[in-house]
Amino acid sequence: MNDLMIKVEDLHKNFGELEVLNGINLEVSQGEIVSVIGPSGSGKSTLLRCLIHLEKASSGNILIENNPIASEKNGKQTHIAENVIRDRCRKLGMVFQNFNLFPHKTALENICEAPVAIGRKSKKEAVILGEKLLARVGLADKRDSYPCYLSGGQKQRVAIARALAMEPDVMLFDEPTSALDPELIGEVLSVIKDLAKENMTMIIVTHEMTFAREVSDRIVFMDEGEIIEAAAPEKLFGNPDHPRIKTFLEKML
Amino acid sequence: MEYIIDSAWYILQGCTTTLKLFAMTLVFSMPLGFICAMAKTSKLAPLKMLMGFYTSVVRGTPLLLQLFFIYYGLPIFFPGFRLERFSAAVLTFIINYGAYFTEIFRGGIQSIEKGQYEASKVLGMNYRQTMSRIIFPQTIKRVLPPVANEAITLVKDTALVVVLGIGEVLRNSKEIVARDFTISPFIIAAVIYLILNYSLVLMFRKLENRYSVYE
Repeated sequence: MNDLMIKVEDLHKNFGELEVLNGINLEVSQGEIVSVIGPSGSGKSTLLRCLIHLEKASSGNILIENNPIASEKNGKQTHIAENVIRDRCRKLGMVFQNFNLFPHKTALENICEAPVAIGRKSKKEAVILGEKLLARVGLADKRDSYPCYLSGGQKQRVAIARALAMEPDVMLFDEPTSALDPELIGEVLSVIKDLAKENMTMIIVTHEMTFAREVSDRIVFMDEGEIIEAAAPEKLFGNPDHPRIKTFLEKML
Repeated sequence: MEYIIDSAWYILQGCTTTLKLFAMTLVFSMPLGFICAMAKTSKLAPLKMLMGFYTSVVRGTPLLLQLFFIYYGLPIFFPGFRLERFSAAVLTFIINYGAYFTEIFRGGIQSIEKGQYEASKVLGMNYRQTMSRIIFPQTIKRVLPPVANEAITLVKDTALVVVLGIGEVLRNSKEIVARDFTISPFIIAAVIYLILNYSLVLMFRKLENRYSVYE
């Protein structure tokens, strides 16, 4: 399949003795929206972090648009140079739970920083793009505000715009609304929904069940470092195969 | 009155030396500290150890002793190698203050949250771009207060070079005290140090204000 954006095969990740990912297999096609749910500590975030190489896979394969950033041959991980990995990971954008905006840069500068830094855009082009993206997330009037003057929801929207400025093919969201006050969650989710309408490929780790059900093409349920079930939302929320998922959903809803 | 003005004028002449020592120390010890801080936060174990040795020895021994060592001690180890007094003082101060700045900058760099590195990384920036565009600019804001402290201490430490017979503010005051049996030159010296340090405080306050536009 040509439009396969991400392919994960038998991915393991351990931190010392602690086995966090225990043989993950996952494929994400272009335009697909996959939500990853599951209890805390099940490895959802670690999976995302492995995809964009914030964590190095202990073993297994990770392919981004058919290019490996982790690859296993005869039981041994092959070495891939850091700059090659960095290049391949540029196809992905990531949004963090804690925003991680640059506090010494204004909203607009936050967005323009990376495209200019890596020489992809001139300063002028970046500013035009940045203003467009700010307008898209509804924050055109905040272009010159420093992050400390923005609400949590506004910060997260700037963070989404910043990730989009790198023109990624896939967006990864790591619990994008978990650090937000309840009344601010909606504005961030609606930005993500807009992206969904534009056919952006996305992997979203979230605890917002209603949102996940509404926006996703597929739901992945993880527990103890494994994918227990991956299915369409109606199936997974309506009639999951696994009793563990039922228990989890009962607690969540 | 005229006597006071004459003494003050003489003491002020020493101020040139004091200021020269102050400026040269700052100009060279800050970059030295910066480079050593980079080495100390790097992943190269031998380099880190070397820097650890440097900062512990220098911060663990008196500046006065270091002055004696560089001026009187070096010629014993390297016969024929004798620094001129002022150069010896400048060299000692640069090495000494470099060690303190190393630790201040190291602390500043390490106080930046991991998330800043991660955000830079997922945006495709490499180590150099991350450090120069994201980490260092934020470090400056955090190290300003301790750097101001060091600068103020440095103004006062310049008085130590009196032991090498260098004619700075304190030595010139002492000369008049010894000649005329009066204490007023010391008061003049104190006022000069106070003025110097107060200007520094004002300068750093301005700098800190400039960086206070963000949290």
